[in-house]
Amino acid sequence: MATLTKYPTEPLKCWNKAKELRLKYYKDYAECKQRGGIRWSGGAWAMDAIPAGLGDDVYTLTSEPYAASVAFDPKLNAECQSAADAKGWSRDLCSYMRTYWGSMYVNKYAFGGEFPKPDFAFQTQICCSHHKWYQHVAEYKQIPYFTIDVSVGLYKDVDEGRIAYVVNQMQESIPWLEKVTGRKFDDEKFIAAVNNECRTTSLWAEVCTLNKAVPAPLEEKTMYALYVLATLSKHSKEFGDFYEELRDEVKDRIARGIAAVSTERCRLITDTQPPWSYLSMYRYMEKYGAVSVGSLYTFALEGVFADQPDGSWGPRPTPEQLGIKIRTREEALRIYADWNLSKPEWQHFYDPQIKTDIMLRMVKEFKLNGVILHLNRGCEGLSKGIMENRLGLVKAGVPVMTYEGNMGDEKEMDYPRTLSRIDSFMESLGFNKLEN
Amino acid sequence: MITAGIDVGAKTIKVVLLDGGKILAKTSVLAGFETEQSVEEAYKEALAKAGIERSAVGKVGATGAGRKAVAFAQTVVTEVSADAQGAVFLHPSARTVIDVGAEEGRGIKTNADGKVVDFAVNEKCAAGAGAFTESMARALEVTLAQFGDISLKSNKSIPMNAQCTVFAESEVVSLIHSNTSKEDIARAVHDAIASRISAMVRRVGLEQDVILVGGVAYNIGFLDSIKRTLGIENVVVPQDPEYVGALGAAVVAGAAGN
Ligand code: SF4
Repeated sequence: MATLTKYPTEPLKCWNKAKELRLKYYKDYAECKQRGGIRWSGGAWAMDAIPAGLGDDVYTLTSEPYAASVAFDPKLNAECQSAADAKGWSRDLCSYMRTYWGSMYVNKYAFGGEFPKPDFAFQTQICCSHHKWYQHVAEYKQIPYFTIDVSVGLYKDVDEGRIAYVVNQMQESIPWLEKVTGRKFDDEKFIAAVNNECRTTSLWAEVCTLNKAVPAPLEEKTMYALYVLATLSKHSKEFGDFYEELRDEVKDRIARGIAAVSTERCRLITDTQPPWSYLSMYRYMEKYGAVSVGSLYTFALEGVFADQPDGSWGPRPTPEQLGIKIRTREEALRIYADWNLSKPEWQHFYDPQIKTDIMLRMVKEFKLNGVILHLNRGCEGLSKGIMENRLGLVKAGVPVMTYEGNMGDEKEMDYPRTLSRIDSFMESLGFNKLEN
Repeated sequence: MITAGIDVGAKTIKVVLLDGGKILAKTSVLAGFETEQSVEEAYKEALAKAGIERSAVGKVGATGAGRKAVAFAQTVVTEVSADAQGAVFLHPSARTVIDVGAEEGRGIKTNADGKVVDFAVNEKCAAGAGAFTESMARALEVTLAQFGDISLKSNKSIPMNAQCTVFAESEVVSLIHSNTSKEDIARAVHDAIASRISAMVRRVGLEQDVILVGGVAYNIGFLDSIKRTLGIENVVVPQDPEYVGALGAAVVAGAAGN
């Protein structure tokens, strides 16, 4: 019998800091009005560097991560889902949207107190749910609302006309923000925010790329607590600094051979949002020595990647790294639009083959044994074409397991059956349980 | 070496005793509420049938949803692996295994060694599984055996929602009220399940020979429907198809190292 390699492992030093930053974010949003601040709500893909031009006391509540936080509280989540049902919203709508609306209806904030009313809503539109989500929030809460349509097609086809389409909307949003808040827009703050966002999202991509190492220094369940910061506020300097600290720690772990899971012998990736109430499935996989080293979702929801000089997948160099100094609002808007349009997770909205290709690349570069696809009933945006992805992966010889669930509604998941499916998948990959 | 395979299913516990290539005994008991006790009972019964002592069994393998209840098993495998092993043992040219049990339907692609290449299982809805047939037979007030027989008398195709047992049952009620014959309804139900199962099979890739295992393999109405939906003439139904999982567990136990 082959002896099992046991890698050294240790907890992530900056883990607690990530949790503190996240909690502070939600607290600041709730309390900022007492300090005369402004708060707004929008999706995790909203162009948050723009409202940053209104001042340093502007706070956001990004709706998808907020709904994921609610999912960790089964009682509140059930209350929110029921409230959405009671309003007549169909079960097959985005479950995050239903949760967010539910939290607004029942007037309960997952971090204590009443649901804090945003001063305005600021959103981007690429998934069909995005605009409607905040149209309803704006109507229900009687607040002003602005959406920027970013669905201009694949990045490889983006030309000046398409960039201008996005830039013009962003330009228009600035006087609108000034009007609804009564504040003067500060271009310097905006330029700094754009640079910060490029830094944060590139750094996160770098952290993810480091997980190509064997053994993986991070595993996906842990990464959920880390990637989330970029979904909360991409332009935050504080979060960028945190990612730099994290990157250095991960590099150090690799240099010292520190594994996330000491028994790693099977490397996997998953796809789309996980069923948040059942993250223990990742610990279950570890019983087989199986580690999910990430997913296109965890990596590229906010991480901005590009081809590296050696042809591999890695972080996109930031304008600052390329020696580009942004001087004007116009320059900042153009760079900002271009940066966001290159986001890998936006590409497969146009063609599932793109996602299959990225996943195949990940399989090769991250040295994977297989892929687990979550047929996520809660998200039509990211689940779109997922069976095409399965087919593409299988055709390329990659073992794939699928399971059905819902990121934000635990009623739609059969957990014991999913575990039993993991058992079958592991057996088919030739792995036995290391423990019971 | 004599090996035992024990399949602890949702409704029944099946035991197969295997001596090399020869099956010595097969037994089946109802799972009941005390699963460990029922396992013991089924195992003892199999040993008695084969006329051997417990000590004559070199290895015990367990499978099925309640496989953990077989505390004395040396190997434990999932139903998917056990099905593939059992099917290839009985029919070496089997490459696609269809298993329709009480609560789960599976499409499995296997290689010549009985190793699972790919698999698909129905999600939490039971519409792709045997429990669905039972509930539909009840709605028509016929026995399960009659349900299979009468569907062969129909040559009509009536599309039916196979996604959800509850919706399908209400559709059956509507069909009864619109004076659709029991024969046509029975065929519609079998076609609906077969269409779900064949979607799973196509997902993993249909490769002949196809072997149908599990209790639903006895249902000739379903067998006819699955052949039609898959567009193939030959679907192998082994003798005692419900024992294939237990047999596979015995094969795996025999192949495991000491
Ligand atoms: S991409 Fe998914 S989570 Fe995001 S808005 Fe669309 S459906 Fe909801």
